[in-house]
Amino acid sequence: MLPSTLLATLRAALRSRGAKPVLFLICLGPVAWLLRGIWLDDLGANPAEFLIRSTGDWTLRALCLVLAVTPLRVTLSIPELARLRRMLGLFTGFYACLHLICYVWFDMDWNLPDITADIVKRPFILVGFTGWLLLSVLSATSFNEAIRWMGAKRWQVVHRSVYAVAALALLHFFWMRAGKQNFAEVAVYVAILGSLLGWRLLRTYRARRNELHQR
Amino acid sequence: MTSRSSHFGFIHPHSHEITPKDVYMQRRDILRGMALGVSGLAGAGWSDRQALAQTAKPGVLPALAGAPSSVAGAVSMDKVTAYKDASSYNNFYEFGYDKADPARYAHTLQTSPWTVEVEGLVKRPGKYTLEDLLKLSPMEERIYRMRCVEGWSMVIPWVGYSLLELIRKVEPTGNAKFVEFVTQADPKTMPGVRSGGLDWPYVEGLRLDEAMHPLTLLSFGMYGEVLPKQNGAPVRLVVPWKYGFKSGKSLVKIRFVEKMPVTAWVKAAAQEYGFYSNVNPNVDHPRWSQATERRIGEEGGLLAKKRKTLMFNGYEAQVGQLYAGMDLKKLF
Repeated sequence: MLPSTLLATLRAALRSRGAKPVLFLICLGPVAWLLRGIWLDDLGANPAEFLIRSTGDWTLRALCLVLAVTPLRVTLSIPELARLRRMLGLFTGFYACLHLICYVWFDMDWNLPDITADIVKRPFILVGFTGWLLLSVLSATSFNEAIRWMGAKRWQVVHRSVYAVAALALLHFFWMRAGKQNFAEVAVYVAILGSLLGWRLLRTYRARRNELHQR
Repeated sequence: MTSRSSHFGFIHPHSHEITPKDVYMQRRDILRGMALGVSGLAGAGWSDRQALAQTAKPGVLPALAGAPSSVAGAVSMDKVTAYKDASSYNNFYEFGYDKADPARYAHTLQTSPWTVEVEGLVKRPGKYTLEDLLKLSPMEERIYRMRCVEGWSMVIPWVGYSLLELIRKVEPTGNAKFVEFVTQADPKTMPGVRSGGLDWPYVEGLRLDEAMHPLTLLSFGMYGEVLPKQNGAPVRLVVPWKYGFKSGKSLVKIRFVEKMPVTAWVKAAAQEYGFYSNVNPNVDHPRWSQATERRIGEEGGLLAKKRKTLMFNGYEAQVGQLYAGMDLKKLF
């Protein structure tokens, strides 16, 4: 629990009109940093590899952030956090798009037969692509009209597939690192995303148990 | 009074003896200008390379000069990779998995004193100090293409001499069929060795005829200077027609044996990395294609097209006959 004065300030800040624009700018930070690197030719010996990998890293980080919103909102009692969730989700999709574009452009030069051959050779590409596809469906149905149109219940079911996106992203990352048996970073993301999902499962389990007791 | 130090077993010049980089670059321009003037535009490419034969020194480490090599295929005409890239982007798992790790962590490597033990099926086994090895044969500069199994490539001016010179000196017996290279594995100075990964020490191997091919280089330097630690100081192997991992860094033992050595990568993943590991665009790695490569520092930067990978990394004319009649799809 946060001290009450700090909590109040934080909540007021999140309620303010500036909150969303500030978050928007913060979320653009990584891409601005990468563009600066391209401009100054400061991305190391293999800039293509650097861009492909760092856009992937930022997609994973954004995914961790967006999935952390609800646990933080509930455990710290900051309901205002919910206002920021959609933007974080859309930025996850944005970085996933950049990641895909970097691969298709810099690694594959838009050559479709090569890409198809690559997917057969490297199934982890297919796993990543499936994750991107799912994430795009979520991004495309993120606006209010879509919720009304689909019905809140159905919308929620569809948007729960963000957990499938997380699983696919982790498998994609794990597989990519498997070549060098270098799993330290993978383990960090598994721990973060695993505990965020674990928290939700625990909450659902407790809610069900309470329901049973009340009956 | 300043004194000369002899780190790495090399005599360091006093700082005032080192030609300032500007002056050096100027000299290159003058030479290039002369070459252009004399030979005219038709021969410009070749003259350019001749003028550059002794690559401009980056001014980072003690100088180690090599005369332009006369071995066939030893001087590639491709644009030389920037020193900064060649010394900051490579695999040396003893210092970590990331290709930036060697440059970050290899400063702990102790390269002096250094000995290389020659053992096994030879008439004259023994311990060779780095100083012995440096004096064994005249230094040559060789500009080789380097193709990593991961799909990227560089062009690096190495300094050293054919491993053949050492092999002649130690006289392998008739039973010797293979050469095994054992590299440094010191948990105290190599973080990657502490944290597991491969079965240390890193072992590589060549067939004796491969080891005796004049292109197989025992290298002590690059870009006119001694090897940076992250590139395998103080002495390493360079086998330009094989994937980079075949070229062991920071060698401590050279063993002449009868049976094919079990190399570190064969031990780790025999279905992915064969003993030969010749660069071959027609034999894919099980998990990715080997048909193309990204040349580091290629003109055009991010949007540069990948290059087609050449059979034996473009050294087919020189080494193709070593593999006559072999099924390279099976013996990859």
